Amino acid sequence: MSAESEASSSASPYQQRLQRLIDAIELREPDRLPTILFSHFWVARYYGMTCREAMYDYERLSAAVRKAVVDLEPDGFQPVHASVAFGPTMDILDYKQLEWPGHKGLAEDVGFQYLDAEYMAADEYQEYLLDPSGFMLHKYMPRVAAALEPLSQLPEYPGVLHTRIIQSMEAYARPEVRRALETMIRAGEEVQKMRSAQSRLIQELKDLGFPASAYGTSHAPFDVAADYLRGSKGAMLDLFRNKDKLLSLMDRVTTLMPRAGVSAVKAAGGNMIFIPLHWGLDGFMSPKQFTTFFWPQLQKVLMTFIDAGIYPHVLWEGDCTSRLDVIKDVPPGKCVYFFERTDMAKAKQALRGKVCIRGNVPASMLIAGTPNEVREYCKKLFDVVGDGGGFILDGGVGIPDEAKPENVLAMYQFAKECVY
Amino acid sequence: MDDKGKQLVNQISEMQEEDAVKLARELLDSGYDPVKLLGHCREAMEIVGKRYEEGEYFLPELMLAGEMLKAIGDMAKPLIKQDSISAKTAGTVIIGTVQGDLHDIGKNIVTFMLEINGFKVVDLGIDVPIANFVGSIREHKPQVVGLSGFLTLAFDAMKKTVEAIKEAGLRDNLKIMIGGGQVDDTVKNYTGADAFGLNAMDAVSLCKRWVSA
Repeated sequence: MSAESEASSSASPYQQRLQRLIDAIELREPDRLPTILFSHFWVARYYGMTCREAMYDYERLSAAVRKAVVDLEPDGFQPVHASVAFGPTMDILDYKQLEWPGHKGLAEDVGFQYLDAEYMAADEYQEYLLDPSGFMLHKYMPRVAAALEPLSQLPEYPGVLHTRIIQSMEAYARPEVRRALETMIRAGEEVQKMRSAQSRLIQELKDLGFPASAYGTSHAPFDVAADYLRGSKGAMLDLFRNKDKLLSLMDRVTTLMPRAGVSAVKAAGGNMIFIPLHWGLDGFMSPKQFTTFFWPQLQKVLMTFIDAGIYPHVLWEGDCTSRLDVIKDVPPGKCVYFFERTDMAKAKQALRGKVCIRGNVPASMLIAGTPNEVREYCKKLFDVVGDGGGFILDGGVGIPDEAKPENVLAMYQFAKECVY
Repeated sequence: MDDKGKQLVNQISEMQEEDAVKLARELLDSGYDPVKLLGHCREAMEIVGKRYEEGEYFLPELMLAGEMLKAIGDMAKPLIKQDSISAKTAGTVIIGTVQGDLHDIGKNIVTFMLEINGFKVVDLGIDVPIANFVGSIREHKPQVVGLSGFLTLAFDAMKKTVEAIKEAGLRDNLKIMIGGGQVDDTVKNYTGADAFGLNAMDAVSLCKRWVSA
């Protein structure tokens, strides 16, 4: 046990748990193996709610998270409201980028899904590069939500100055723009309700001794291009057809996006951010493409957070074993790499003394396995990755929605008994 | 193969999209046999597939190769008499993303790789109701069914689909493979499938093995 974690043993349960996480992140051995609870809809199902209810009922969702946290006693929990409870707001906005339970064709008790599509055309790069904010306001927001379509009529301010600013107010009085603005106010009020439920829950769980493990979300710049702007097909083709424009766009994203993440985390008084990755895994891109289009930009994003005193928790989806030698290049003790199918022994070898590892009980085992299998897996995993600290136990992508409660309980119980 | 043909194969397999499409256009305009031209495309696709299997090419290259094949195919096919297209296939595979899951990238890449390996692929799309799989198996009598799913909710949908195929009396002499982000041996056993694959090469080798058995 490190001197710092010993010092914390007389501290409050909240301080002890937080210290356990910080010890792991900063590559010291904590008193015992730390865990984080990260789930989208498992907590809701465990509480007897459908996915739809979790997306619409803020207070019951709070009760569900509270129950799961109290039962499992993780050392950190990832607040879930901001990741799932946006049903009412999406209804107000007539939001188009997600398909969600009970909406259109989807059943009441399945999670929401992102709709992969081209939200920015290949010939719009120039427009984005010239004025990203203008593009987002006039083109992107009208495309992702029907209620925001009239925003396309708003003035283009870089060319509107002096008394033209006064005259430009006319646009806001147009009936359709007025309706859009009123809808945005209603949507904003709904988000405030949701956020205030989340803030109350975070405070309540803090009082019960449980720290939050993420206060915001950010992305890899390539994922922004591929998931949110060009669509997966468009982005992959752009690696050949629009290589330079794609790189320039990602330069803009690399600078602009972490600013929003840093402000969100600071505003919430936190020190951790969650960064799920989608396109960095083995097999999707060549090593050369990865070191040109993915890692350098992501590395800059990570450094922006680290320089702001924020620990990034980077979820490396899929198998990223071949990326380990590249991605180890970050300052020691500042990042968490959350692995799904990456070879954990190789990860430990490459990242020892550099990056805290989090993961990776397989989703399949949590869903279809037994508590014994889960315990055995955790034991083997700890033998491989636990040595010297720098390890947080979690599911491969957190707790899958369909996981059996007894398997999940077995995982958290293992950690509580796993003393350094 | 003539020099122009070789040049086309080289341009496609080296990802020179503009040059390849331009050359194909020029060849067709000058009266080049469209069937022969498509043969060159097939050869180029075999090279692309091989480089993918060997870890030299990745998804972006497959995607671009697919775009080139489509562009050239769209130019050449209207010039070909229907009866001169060979109908011989390595076997028939029905593929689809199971009910409740809307993801299609993995499924599309598997479809592409199976097609360039000579399989006839019936793609049922995404969020495919169980009844559509069963109906399509009756209609097309495939050797293999591929169930795709990225999300963990797909595990149950896969299991139910396999059960429905069995109940319909169609499971004998049919191989079922599953694929997608989180599948593994546990999921294979859970769903009752015959095998799982982690990538498009796995799907091709499974189909080849099963069809030749």
